[in-house]
Amino acid sequence: MSTTDVHAHRTTTPPADRATGGGAQVTAVRPPRISARGRAWRQRLVATLFLGPAVIYMVLFFGYPVIQNLIMGFQHYTITTFFTDEAPWAGWANYTEVLGSPLFRTALANTVIFTVGSILGQFVLGLGLALFFRRRFPLSGALRSLILLPWLIPLIVASAVWKWLLDTDSGALNRVLMGSGLIDSGIPWLSSTDLALFTVIVVNIWIGIPFNAVILHGGLQTIPQELYEAGSIDGTSRWQAFRHITWPMLRPVVSVVLVLGVVYTLKVLDIILGLTGGGPANATQTLATQAYQLSFATFDFGQGAAVSNILILISLLFAVIYLRLNRRPVDE
Amino acid sequence: MNTVRHPKLNTAMGLVIIIVLLFPIYWMVNASLQPGGATVDTAWLPLNPDLSGYRTALDEQGGNLMTSLMVALGSVVLSLVIAVPAAYALVQFRLRWADYLLFAVLISQMIPGIVIANALYNVYAEIGLLNSIPGLILADSTSGIPFAILICRALMGSLPPALVEAAHVDGAGPVRAFLSVVVPVSRNAIITSGLFTFLFTWSDFLFALTLTTTEEVRPVTLGIYNYLGAYVNDWSSVMATAVLASLPALVLLVVAQKYVAAGATGGAVK
Repeated sequence: MSTTDVHAHRTTTPPADRATGGGAQVTAVRPPRISARGRAWRQRLVATLFLGPAVIYMVLFFGYPVIQNLIMGFQHYTITTFFTDEAPWAGWANYTEVLGSPLFRTALANTVIFTVGSILGQFVLGLGLALFFRRRFPLSGALRSLILLPWLIPLIVASAVWKWLLDTDSGALNRVLMGSGLIDSGIPWLSSTDLALFTVIVVNIWIGIPFNAVILHGGLQTIPQELYEAGSIDGTSRWQAFRHITWPMLRPVVSVVLVLGVVYTLKVLDIILGLTGGGPANATQTLATQAYQLSFATFDFGQGAAVSNILILISLLFAVIYLRLNRRPVDE
Repeated sequence: MNTVRHPKLNTAMGLVIIIVLLFPIYWMVNASLQPGGATVDTAWLPLNPDLSGYRTALDEQGGNLMTSLMVALGSVVLSLVIAVPAAYALVQFRLRWADYLLFAVLISQMIPGIVIANALYNVYAEIGLLNSIPGLILADSTSGIPFAILICRALMGSLPPALVEAAHVDGAGPVRAFLSVVVPVSRNAIITSGLFTFLFTWSDFLFALTLTTTEEVRPVTLGIYNYLGAYVNDWSSVMATAVLASLPALVLLVVAQKYVAAGATGGAVK
């Protein structure tokens, strides 16, 4: 079930073709009293009825915000706009101001470090777990499904729990470290400018492991067992089997997991706001949190829009990569 | 590679991995059962469970939990009503622009929520949807609707066309055929979509944070965030709230196992 789903999404057109073939046959068996034109009209009416609400929703809740955001990026859209109802044209002022600020450079650098660090950690640990749980042993199924739990709980809950675990004075982690004599005083995991970004990345890795493990596990299930059997006759080692069978066969799933991971990580907001609020001293500020703070803390929606437009641009770049990978057949 | 030489050793390793991975969740439950106040030396085991944390949590966050529940249920209904027929139409009808719509659905999942919140805040302020349950339902469905369209379309694409044809031969119109044949057969995809829409909406933080500004309508995720904002001196009630906010996830994992696995993988499109 799990693997077929991945592949079902991969093929974008074939199911539609098959189904429209069915649609053509449907019209063939309809009573002849309705003219061909009437039938076509009726079918269009039904299609509109079924698709209309979705199209309207997509336009209002995705199309409009994106366009509005693009426009706002060129406007002085601030708190006064709410009173005067005027948002004067700003040209590129929002962009030059945002791009010229040192905070933007910090946020951009943090976004890159946060994304790359999170993805690397999630992927490597997720793949390790996926490979481990491919073995069959007592309780493997039950334990595997428990992996999902960190992914299913609300992100803000996860950040609340971790904030408590990592508390400098009373957090469980520091208590263990102090109890074992490794450190003398509590480590300020979230309140030190040197450590906070690293700590936030570790927490985000914890959250992302289940997703990576489950999707990669699904990918592993599609690799035919015979390949390994043939390999073992030839006397391949475990590492050789991984290098020459598992990895090449898994690559299409790997690329989808990585690209989606990047797109997803770029917009992470809950964890950072919950753990550090972007601090201390902007040490964990990313483009997403900066966009949030410009719009909703300083109420400069124009500059907030400028930052989030830059974020859209980066996301779309990866979205295009994703769609290209998605269209390609699995075995290529 | 599947030949296991030491089954017991593997089970032991698996247990260790899960214990390490789930320790934060254990700690949440453990801390929620400790007497409030003195949290500097939280016991490692809840040997003397104390429910005062939960009492405080329900007192302070009970209304917020109800708000979350109403928003999540509303979003499930809205998402399914909009997405299921659309998914069906995408596979059933010969439409030139169906591919464009599908493309838009895929791309929409990559748009950062902050972009949507940024634009919606101003419209919502104008038309009075800030601090309202319908406003949150509409905004939160931005995660449920594309997800449900993709999950349902994937399954409906594999339905045999003969099923719908048979209904047509029996004289059912397209709407009847959809309701009496397609919907029952697609039950699993619809349940999966519904469960995940519930979870997405229940977990939503961004729209709760940006589209609610007063206490009248406040989801529990924002309630937890507000706890974190101030200096926390009563972790047991914060953790009790966290446990209560995690209940849907726990229920989902226990009761709806097979749907979760399917949805998690279907979530590869998310």
